[in-house]
Amino acid sequence: MSQHRIINRQPGRAGVVWLAALPFLLLAAAYLIGSEIRLEANPNDKLLPPLGKIWTSIERMAFTPDKRSGQYLFWVDTWASLIRLGVGVSIATIGGLVFGVASGLIPYVRATLSPFIALLSMIPPLSVMPILFIVFGLGEVAKIVLVVFGVMPFLMRDMQIWVLDLPGEQLIKAQTLGANSWQIALRVVLPQTLPRLIDSVRLTLGPAWLFLIAAEAIASTEGLGYRIFLVRRYMSMDVILPYVAWITLLAFVMDFTLTRISRKMFPWSKLEGR
Amino acid sequence: MTAITVSNLWKEYPNQMVLERINLELPNKAFCSIVGASGCGKSTFLRILLGQESQTSGAITLDGAPLAADPGPDRGIVFQRYSVFPHLTAVENVAFGLETTRAPFLGRLFGASRKAVLEESRKHLDAVGLGYASDKFPAELSGGMQQRLAIAQALVMNPKVLLLDEPFGALDPGIRADMHKLIFKLWEENDMTVFMVTHDLEEGFKLGTRLLVFDMVRIDPHEPGAYGATITYDIPLENKSNGELRDIKNLDLKKKD
Repeated sequence: MSQHRIINRQPGRAGVVWLAALPFLLLAAAYLIGSEIRLEANPNDKLLPPLGKIWTSIERMAFTPDKRSGQYLFWVDTWASLIRLGVGVSIATIGGLVFGVASGLIPYVRATLSPFIALLSMIPPLSVMPILFIVFGLGEVAKIVLVVFGVMPFLMRDMQIWVLDLPGEQLIKAQTLGANSWQIALRVVLPQTLPRLIDSVRLTLGPAWLFLIAAEAIASTEGLGYRIFLVRRYMSMDVILPYVAWITLLAFVMDFTLTRISRKMFPWSKLEGR
Repeated sequence: MTAITVSNLWKEYPNQMVLERINLELPNKAFCSIVGASGCGKSTFLRILLGQESQTSGAITLDGAPLAADPGPDRGIVFQRYSVFPHLTAVENVAFGLETTRAPFLGRLFGASRKAVLEESRKHLDAVGLGYASDKFPAELSGGMQQRLAIAQALVMNPKVLLLDEPFGALDPGIRADMHKLIFKLWEENDMTVFMVTHDLEEGFKLGTRLLVFDMVRIDPHEPGAYGATITYDIPLENKSNGELRDIKNLDLKKKD
């Protein structure tokens, strides 16, 4: 064992689990110790609240109806954010796919739209947020449009690059097999771009959350981002921390689900030597 | 009747003449091997025959009619690589051509008609010795098997012309010999003309009924792009002997130097 170079040493199965858990355990320990020390000095400390207080807040937000509205705020926030994110990312995905396939396959579409999209993607999305609120008002539309504006240019360009990367031989071969342009798009290009599309959507989930939370922080009446920024005024770390953990969990589940879907639906895309 | 005529074909890229004065008459059902050094325009010639590129001047006719501008089902192609669709299984790859013809809008069939097409495609896979692998994806097949698949995929359209662009160049010698037997058998069984571009002179001689050597005859050292390649040897091989191969080899080596 010891005569191996460090790059050749492999952790065992149990080792992998332990090593993966280690940073999480260290973080938890650091929090608990830090919290303990601060609470000792000041029992009303708000920065690192004890676990019991966090749990009380979760119970209050998620399992007790709000006194004023009678709603379960945590679930109202979650639902609002997921709808905005889902609609926004879905529109961006469809737009990215349609543009990518059309512009990658049809030179006239590419010549017309490619420079425009390239320029559009350089605009920092947050800088147009005021415009969106002015144009679309403070309702749902502005927030969804911000998510779309934030992630669609990337998806469009990524899909275009991907389609252009397909071996030209395949397109020629399809033509010699009697396929017209539409059939080539539908049967050769589209199915081969879908696995990549899923991967790209996974990559855009981070920015999508970013733009969603930014929009909710500015103007909203519910949503996960709205709540975090609202309770910041009272330094309610006991609410902010579980909300951040919940957002992280949601993002992780989405990522995981997309990976599984991709593997299940496109088994050929993970084969060696493709 | 003459199946294919090429008359005074020229191909020029900016600052680079590629082909010049190409003239050719091929009878029906010829097996035409094309050899030559790298960069002598033999693949360009094949792409023009395919419709992937167009000539600068000159004409090609297929059974008396000018060649269609785009690649189409009358001319099949097998490239050295990337000729099959990685997202379809072997049998679906073969069925592709049948489905696009029969389902104009969706390009795919469903239910009983799909079943019939897959059944038909399996027969074509059997013909190239791939029947046992019909449900495998191309990435699960070896290089030689992928080329067999590409051939079956092309033949399903009953093309008048089958174009092979160094189809066996990436294969091991033993497998290459098997592929030679296969392509020769398929050519004999089907009513089609075959063009095969190859680096391997022996392969071209062994399989062809006609051997074309492409080379540059005129070279201007001050302007390398001024002249293109042409057919320097056009050798009928219907009654070939090994002595002839020796002669051709000498010719070719001399030309390369």
